[in-house]
Amino acid sequence: MSSSMKITLKVWRQAEKNARGRLMTYSVPDVSPDMSFLEMLDMVNNTLVRKGEDAIAFDHDCREGICGTCSLYINGRAHGPLKGVATCQLHMRSFSDGDTIVVEPWRASPFPVIKDLVVDRSSFDRIMQAGGYVSVRTGGVPDANAIPIPKAVADEAFDAAACIGCGACVAACKNSSAMLFVSAKVSQLALLPQGNAERRQRAERMVAQMDAEGFGSCSNTYACEAECPKEISVSNIARLNREFIRAKVL
Amino acid sequence: MSQTTSLVKSSIGQKLLMALTGLFLCTFLLEHLIGNLLLFINDGGVIYDAYGEFLSGNIVIRTVEIGLFLGFLAHIAYGTTLWLRNKRKRPTPYEQNNPSANSTLASRIAFVSGSIVFIFLVIHLKTFFTPLRFDATHPSAYRLVTDAFQSPWYVGFYLFALFLLGYHLRHGFQSAFQTLGWLQSRYKKLIMFFGFIFWFIIPLGYAIIPIYFLWSHMTGGY
Repeated sequence: MSSSMKITLKVWRQAEKNARGRLMTYSVPDVSPDMSFLEMLDMVNNTLVRKGEDAIAFDHDCREGICGTCSLYINGRAHGPLKGVATCQLHMRSFSDGDTIVVEPWRASPFPVIKDLVVDRSSFDRIMQAGGYVSVRTGGVPDANAIPIPKAVADEAFDAAACIGCGACVAACKNSSAMLFVSAKVSQLALLPQGNAERRQRAERMVAQMDAEGFGSCSNTYACEAECPKEISVSNIARLNREFIRAKVL
Repeated sequence: MSQTTSLVKSSIGQKLLMALTGLFLCTFLLEHLIGNLLLFINDGGVIYDAYGEFLSGNIVIRTVEIGLFLGFLAHIAYGTTLWLRNKRKRPTPYEQNNPSANSTLASRIAFVSGSIVFIFLVIHLKTFFTPLRFDATHPSAYRLVTDAFQSPWYVGFYLFALFLLGYHLRHGFQSAFQTLGWLQSRYKKLIMFFGFIFWFIIPLGYAIIPIYFLWSHMTGGY
């Protein structure tokens, strides 16, 4: 049985999109090191609700690191201090008894705060609608080896497809650039035969939508790769640059 | 949803312009250093002055000079525009942010290092380029160099600016190839090797010049 911890939480509270927000401090006793970070927030919310106060709003769904719904900027890092995990996979054992933890929403003008720690990430959906698909039905799963694809290429496509669209790349980037997200989506399709036919239009349209949504431009600090819970490589950004330049110039 | 944007207006196109102008300016750094190595010929500056006169009198050099000026202008103007625009993308800053956990300082302060290098460039042009090109008395280039580097303060500022130039290029050189889409390839090691030459060897080569002439002045070498 693990001993319990006492944590001081500083959480961004904002009543609605246009309201002024501020950090509010909560003292949280009896935190188990085995709790996930989101379970700790659940516990805080239970207490708040019992007291008749408004619960802290935060996004979450699968709680196993595959849906990309959770977010949170924890102690100055997207998804907290660990590498290669989403906030839902972060446990309180990563913190120490007596710690103060600052929790903020993603900050980027294309991700406006809706309430507390919840931001509107529909700009990502609109980028996907602009070109993140294959236009024609490509049928069901083909027989094995019916379409030969080198293992290395399949692996690269799969690694890019691991992107869960959480937006940590934007949150961590000093320019609020969405290049890692867009490049992962462009790459997973461009690398495989089904997506290859529309690669030019896809790169052009998704980049145009990315710019229209107001994301910043990439200055290659690679903060996105370091903070991505799925460890998406910036080699995808190089590929997107190639795809886009080829579409425009050649 | 189906609209596209022109290369020049797109965020990637603007970064491409930064990359291409940056690499173009790097070629100038190399050429300028090789020319300035003539300063070390122990002939009282005869060959260096002849080299200086050749540069200001040659029509090809004068034409390239215009390109160089435009290259600088584009790199500085676009760099500033992008920096300002990118800053506006996060109107509410984080209360607590820890960028050193995920990125290098060189990559985050490229605008600051570039700005100080720009100030250096203006002073450098005023010290050497303006008198050599516009002064009717046709001063000796060698004389200008030896006079300028008699001041420890001036030399100190040069060394500081060259350090920042190296810091700027440490991020900028490899970043340009990433923007071109070539960094993450089989050529990565080669690019990083050339990057090392541009961010370390070349600024070091430049730094030797003021140190050498200050040292010579202080020890009465010339």
